[in-house]
Formats: sequence, C-alpha cells, structure tokens
Amino acid sequence: MLILNQDQLANWLNQLIDTYKVFAPVKDGDHYTFKEISSGNQVTLNYTNTKVPPKEVLFPRSEKLFCYRHENEGIQLEEKIDESKKVIFGLRPCDAKGFLLLDNVFNNDKYQDPYYLNRRKNTVLVGLGCNQPATTCFCTSLGGGPFASEGLDILLVDIGNRYVVEVVTEKGQELLSGLNLPAAEPEAQEAARRVKEGAALSTCINLDGLKAKLDVIFYDPIWDLIHEKCLGCAACTYSCPTCHCFDIVDEAEGKEGCRIRNWDACMFPLFTLHGSGHNPRPTGKERFRQRVMHKFKYFVDNFNAVACVGCGRCIINCPVNLDIREVLAEIQGLEVRSDKQ
Amino acid sequence: MTNCRSHNPLRPFPATIIKIIDETPDVKTFQMVFDDPEVMENFKQKPGQVAQISVFGVGEATISITSSPTRKGLLEFSVKKVGMLTSALHRLEPGCKVGIRGPYGNHFPYEKMKGKDLLFIGGGIGLAPLRALIDFVLAEENRKDYGNIEIIYGARSVDDLCFKYDILERWPQMPGTKVYTTIDRAEQGWEGHVGFVPAYLEEINPTPKNKYAITCGPPIMIKFVLQALEKMGFSDDQVITTLEMKMKCGIGKCGRCNIGSKYVCLDGPVFYLSQLKQLPPEF
Repeated sequence: MLILNQDQLANWLNQLIDTYKVFAPVKDGDHYTFKEISSGNQVTLNYTNTKVPPKEVLFPRSEKLFCYRHENEGIQLEEKIDESKKVIFGLRPCDAKGFLLLDNVFNNDKYQDPYYLNRRKNTVLVGLGCNQPATTCFCTSLGGGPFASEGLDILLVDIGNRYVVEVVTEKGQELLSGLNLPAAEPEAQEAARRVKEGAALSTCINLDGLKAKLDVIFYDPIWDLIHEKCLGCAACTYSCPTCHCFDIVDEAEGKEGCRIRNWDACMFPLFTLHGSGHNPRPTGKERFRQRVMHKFKYFVDNFNAVACVGCGRCIINCPVNLDIREVLAEIQGLEVRSDKQ
Repeated sequence: MTNCRSHNPLRPFPATIIKIIDETPDVKTFQMVFDDPEVMENFKQKPGQVAQISVFGVGEATISITSSPTRKGLLEFSVKKVGMLTSALHRLEPGCKVGIRGPYGNHFPYEKMKGKDLLFIGGGIGLAPLRALIDFVLAEENRKDYGNIEIIYGARSVDDLCFKYDILERWPQMPGTKVYTTIDRAEQGWEGHVGFVPAYLEEINPTPKNKYAITCGPPIMIKFVLQALEKMGFSDDQVITTLEMKMKCGIGKCGRCNIGSKYVCLDGPVFYLSQLKQLPPEF
C-alpha cells in the first residue's frame, strides 16, 4: 500500500494525460459524468456515483464499426478500431465489476468483439472506494463491496487529505511508475481500515435461491402485475453497467457511409419486432420479464454470473420508482411449485 | 491485436450479385459470389446455417443460406420482400455489390441423419432453409448415406410456390425422392393437390419409422404440422425445425434473438422439437 497526497493528484493526472486519454468524473449540471479531461483540475472526486456508468468509455453509446465507399472496382471498407490508450480514473468498484461481466459477452470463446476488446486491453482502471455509499447501493448483496478491488488495476481509499493507494495489478503498477510514492505508514493504513469499516450499506437483498425460483416462474402471474407501472423508457438499461444490447444501423450519403453500433434496449417494442410484423415480446410484460430474467437467470445460465452489480442506478433513474430490489423481493416471496403455461 | 483485426466478426466481406431468380411476386433468389476468391474458398457453411447480408447504406439482415455446401463457388439466398433491408435487396440487380458475413448458427444434424429416411415439410419461403439440406443429401457424393426423401411443400397459390424448377422438375427426378406439392385454393391450370400442408401431410400419412421430419414455414403451419407429426407417432427427437428471429449481430452479443437462455444466432436456428419444448414460447 502506498500513499498519495491530495495535492499530488492533479499532477499525476496531468502526467497521465500526456500518454493516455484520461476519463474521470466531472460535474455536469446537477450530476456527475465520466468525461475525457484535459487537465487534472477538472476532476471531482467527491461524488457519490455518476449518472451513467463509465461503460461508455469501452462500449460507446454510438460508435462507427467501419466506413465504406463504393468505387469502380468494388467496395472499400475501412474499420474504425480504437487503439488509443486510456485511463478511467476514479470509477467505483461496482463499475469495475460491470466490466468483468461485460467481458463475458464481448470476449467469450465463441466470438470476440474487437471494438470492445481493443479498448479494454488498452485501458487502465483506477478505482475510488466508496466512503459513503448511497441508499440505493446494494453491491454487497452481489459479491461486491464499497472497497472491492476486483476488476480494478488500482484502488484509491480516501482518508481525508490523502489517498491510500492499493496496487491491484501490474498494469496498475506501471501507471504509478515515476511517481515514487512512499509506502503507507501504519497510521494511514489504520485510517483506511476505519474508512472501510464506516462505509456501511443500508440495503441488502437476498439472492439465495433466486435463480432456482426464476427457473420455474416464466408463466407465473406475477409478471402480469409487476411490469404495470413500467413505462418502457429504458432509463434502467441505459444507466446499467452490465446492459450491452445494441443495434446496428447504416448511415449513408451518396457513395459512402458508415455502419454504426448504438445502444439499444430490451424495453423497446422495436427491439424484437420481425420484418413480418410478428413480435415475440409484444407487450411490456414480456419485455420486463426479459430484463429481469436476462440479468438474474439467462446470464447465470450462460456465464455463471448475475448481470447486476448493485450500483442502484436503475433505481435512481427510474421515473416511476420501480425498484429492482422490491421486484426481486416480491419474486423471492412467491411460493412456487412448478411452472405451467 | 492483429489477430483481432483479421477476424473482426462484424466486418462483412464484399460480394457481388451474379444472378437473380424471380421465384414468386415477392420472393427472389440471389446468387452471390465473394469478390475475394480466397474468401469464397474459405466460406464453409453447413446446411441450415445463416449469414448476414449487407446492403451498404441500408443495413444488414440475417438470411438462411439456401444453397447446399456441395454447390461450390457461390451462395444462394432466397429472400421474401418484407422489411427495409429485404426491400432494398429486391431493388438490386446483377452486378450490384453487397456484403456477407457468417456463416452463423448451428446446422441440421446431417451426420445423425445418415442411414435415415428424411421427411421435409415446407410452406412458402420456409422451404429456403430446408433446400440447403435437401440438396446436400441429394448431392451425388452424399446420396448413398441417406434413405428415401419425401418432400411435402405448399404455398398459397401456384404463383407463390418457390423453387418451381426444383419441386416440379429437378427433385421428382432424383432417385428415391418423392415430392408432394399443394396449393391452398384451387386454381385454373393446376392439376396437383389442393389443401393446406398439415392436412396434406395427414393424408400422405408417412410412417415415423427410421425417419427424421424437418419442417419450416409460417408459424401457424408449423403448429399444425407438429400436431400432425405427433399424431403419426413421431417422437420429439425425430422432429426438427428452424427458427426465424430479429437479429443484428449474429454472434450472440446484441441481445435480441434469445429464447430463454438460448440465442437463436448461436444455439439455433435449428432445434429439435424436444429442445424447443424446454424453452419458453417466446418466438
């Protein structure tokens, strides 16, 4: 464990900006958001969490996959793969875990997504532990924690006017080279321990047996009611660190154009609409069920992990206060024997 | 890094439409060839697999490959004009450039089918994916591996019959092959069978003995065909179908073609009825 003085922080970031594109939380109106910074002074680290996760640094809301041009001899394609080196600075441990979950999707033994993968490979994650988790946080219920270092390269613990720096990976080590940070003295270590102890979460949800329950409640009447207040706006999916559904569209003008990937969401009716007009998930009921099932059953079936990190953004951003913790509790309360259509 | 680049699964390979066959008023078969002969050579699909067809400037759609892998040097896609992409494809002419990536998905279990009789039941454009397997088993090098072939095919009208050159001319002449064709309503000049496919199937009443039944067509046809097959004694492991879903990536990432935990683009499109019965009916 090393120690970093708060007044060294801006200098360190300025050094990093020379080599890396640095993305850090920046105040943006009434909320915080990860933006590329051009100076260490732009960063605000006394934030609870950002409105949208830093997922978009590696998996942008909209990105060009390739551009094409019709020429006399045929069609020319030019791929748009981002090779730049990046640092995501000051992200929360839950969002780092989000990347680990996304890795399952974009980098599995079947197909690897080069767009995500190149960015992932070239990005260093510097986390900031959560001294004061929000009331909507429930990361500990999902195996995470306000100071979990899983998925991070470096974890910073704010102990007042200094940070205790935990180096998690070699990639993290490399980022600190040239700084010559001193080791954290016992006093600082003790302060870090106290900060960690003090960061209690107010909510805990029970996931025991949830998967087994979801395995047999596809036809349960619970879905007829539970989705009813959902507007289908997809604020939950857009602010989720693990949602990864996307659309692919072409934008063209004359002889040239680009193929673009945009975030999409299972909450939208068009998401599954066939060309014929048939829609396998025609109403809010099927779409809401898909979202819950995908996160807590289908993802588990395919990757042996729950696709939720407990960041609470879907709760904060939902315009009708549809709280996933309550949905899961309601499902847990069901008495189910077997699933019948 | 270079590895990732040479295998970018979202990048289509440029191809050219070399021939267009008008099948019906709203179905055309496109013969396509990759512009790079090496890509053509290395594109090794199995019967039942699909590909993503690009019309640059419009987008992509997942289309089943209707030509058999035994037919080298080109790919055939039979496309019904339904949505944005298929309409754009229908406006193209021979010589036009498109993109192809794939092949994707699983395939018909042609290894397991060896030594068996095969019963194909198709309706309308649903014959397109079956045709890849039909021509595969009928290919000279494979014919000896399979038993008798029965093909039951129907469409709304004579005009709507796809692959007339196959169902009315080529296939009936093949050894050990019977083709039963039907149209929904009687028409002047049509001397063949009239009636819906499931009813015709019951009339023909094929034995399930040592046989696989492979079906594809409109959902309502599939529903009644499955009922009829069950009545005839076909087990759920003898019945195979291939599904259609809205897809974007084709590689299990974009999140829309799942039925329960299964992705049609990865785990399908071919399913045994026994597998389908394990899945929620969300297709």
